[in-house]
Amino acid sequence: MAIDPQLAADLKSQGVHVTSFEQLINWGRSSSLWPLQFGLACCAIEMIAATMAKYDMARFGAEVFRPSPRQADLMIVAGTVTKKMAPQVVRLYNQMAEPKYVIAMGACAISGGPFKEGYNVLKGIDRFIPVDVVIPGCPPRPEALLEGLMTLRDKIAKEKLMGKDRARHADPKGAASFPVPEYGPHDLQPVANPSIWKPKPLVREEGGGE
Amino acid sequence: MTAETEAILGEIRAALPDAAVSMLKNPGPAAQHSLLVGNHDLLRVATFLRDQVAFDLLSNVTGVDWPDPKKANASAAPEGEGSPAEDGFLEAVYHLYSTSKRVGPLVLRARTADRDQQVQIPSLVSVFRSAEFQEREIFDLFGIQFAGHPDLRRILMWDEFVDHPMRKDYIAPDDYEYEPTPHDAVLEKAKRHYPAES
Repeated sequence: MAIDPQLAADLKSQGVHVTSFEQLINWGRSSSLWPLQFGLACCAIEMIAATMAKYDMARFGAEVFRPSPRQADLMIVAGTVTKKMAPQVVRLYNQMAEPKYVIAMGACAISGGPFKEGYNVLKGIDRFIPVDVVIPGCPPRPEALLEGLMTLRDKIAKEKLMGKDRARHADPKGAASFPVPEYGPHDLQPVANPSIWKPKPLVREEGGGE
Repeated sequence: MTAETEAILGEIRAALPDAAVSMLKNPGPAAQHSLLVGNHDLLRVATFLRDQVAFDLLSNVTGVDWPDPKKANASAAPEGEGSPAEDGFLEAVYHLYSTSKRVGPLVLRARTADRDQQVQIPSLVSVFRSAEFQEREIFDLFGIQFAGHPDLRRILMWDEFVDHPMRKDYIAPDDYEYEPTPHDAVLEKAKRHYPAES
């Protein structure tokens, strides 16, 4: 049952805090995101800068970088994911406990970035694991990472734990792990997970390009 | 570096008269001439350069793919012995420096017989230990087999990979979507990737 916001505000002014179980859980989750401690390229340097005193990610409760995926609930994919590294990244994601969230930080993690037409770089980590927040930039500044973190906090605060449109981790049918790609003779096999990623159709302009 | 390279070539010819070494002139303004060394003499020449001419630092090893040997000889015309191959070859390039004499780089080049079967070049790991990872990289990306290398495995790509991506005839996997307005070579690839609706 939804709470009347006006009634809640009135009660709060009298010293009574009215909340729901869902809001309480989401507040706790969004306020103590523990990122997995790993970096893949130059974006990791900006991520490290964001945790240091000048930008101080601890203000948002996300300073406890965990060296084990079992203790982490936020994966910041910070940097270029090579095809050689991609299976390990997916495996780390699978080893994280639910609820878990992914931030794709920087152009490389989103799409391959400047290496998109190369042979050795994965064209976006969203081909294998679901991404909650993308942060463009090459690399994004620490402020951009903090903005992405706040976006993720807002997203978590609005999550539904029950009902039809509940979050993936609250859905018994929601996938908790995703297939790890194999090393093939020419490319990763498969090159993408078709259940979570579909190629974008090419938009051909009328009368142009041909 | 012209005079130094010629002087070093003279020293090599004086000490190792039967070694197949020739000078490749670089016609560009950099004039970075190089020494083409026969495969059988590469180890002897490298050992001589290290011990007698004080070239104590191997700073860089890289590879070149020459599918058309005419181009290889047009950009660097050999003196004396001609190129060994008619139908293309692979080349390993070594950059040597002398930290005590402050001379360098001395460029050594060694060529394989062809691009498919006879792709052996003797490894210089026994002379310069720093060649180990760089020769592995060349093996990975160009497919040159370094005979005598202690641990010749792929270093950048995974072990199951079969291609050599830096070769000119390598075809990269077409596994990416194209920008909405491709042009030039990318447009040709995009047309093959997305066949036009008929």
